[in-house]
Amino acid sequence: MIRVLYFARLRDLVGVASEEIAQPPETIAGLIEQLSARGDDWASAFSGTVLVAVNQEMVDRGAGIADGDEIGFFPPVTGG
Amino acid sequence: MRRVIRVQAEPFDLAIETAQLTAGDTACGAVASFIGLVRNVNQVGSVQSDVAAMTLEHYPGMTEKALGRIVEAAAGRWPLRAVTLIHRVGSLSAGEPIVLVLTASAHRRAAFESCEYIMDILKTEAPFWKKERLGSGEERWVDARESDGEAAARWLKSDT
Repeated sequence: MIRVLYFARLRDLVGVASEEIAQPPETIAGLIEQLSARGDDWASAFSGTVLVAVNQEMVDRGAGIADGDEIGFFPPVTGG
Repeated sequence: MRRVIRVQAEPFDLAIETAQLTAGDTACGAVASFIGLVRNVNQVGSVQSDVAAMTLEHYPGMTEKALGRIVEAAAGRWPLRAVTLIHRVGSLSAGEPIVLVLTASAHRRAAFESCEYIMDILKTEAPFWKKERLGSGEERWVDARESDGEAAARWLKSDT
């Protein structure tokens, strides 16, 4: 079981703020592929620049997923 | 090094924060400060829009970690005695302060440079997102700027 969070524009595009996934793939790349296959909204949301954090640390798409992880997906940041 | 890192909806008070930054530390010879404000216009390409207000969203938990890491990196590069970094979230009107960076050091160069560094890295690494409300009432997410990436890269390049 992992927890997946979506932020800002990405959340608006997919219409979900957070969810739990019982049987996640082994890597972030695999998870993005699985999410993109949910439909046009999801495919389009993940076709742009999407950053990803595992347990609140930024990682690249090759990163692995372990049971209990918190995974955050979000667009490039615009604070300051 | 003394450090204060806060993410809050409330405004901050520059005078109080500055006094607390160096209170009791008479080895500080320099304090640099930066305050970011909500600008009333946003130019995207050649299109300029009036901005009435903004909503700042963030990733609770990750934000504080990211800000802490940026402050630690600054402390590794300059001999800093104290840093305060406060970023506001929630709804903010044009003209309101969004972000405060205070750096204190024995000498001015470290204070000036580290203050600029913290803002440049924050712009590209801290998980905040702005949604602006235009004068027309339309709301839209703000896109990341290429110039912000270049400003941050400048510091990374000078690492080598």
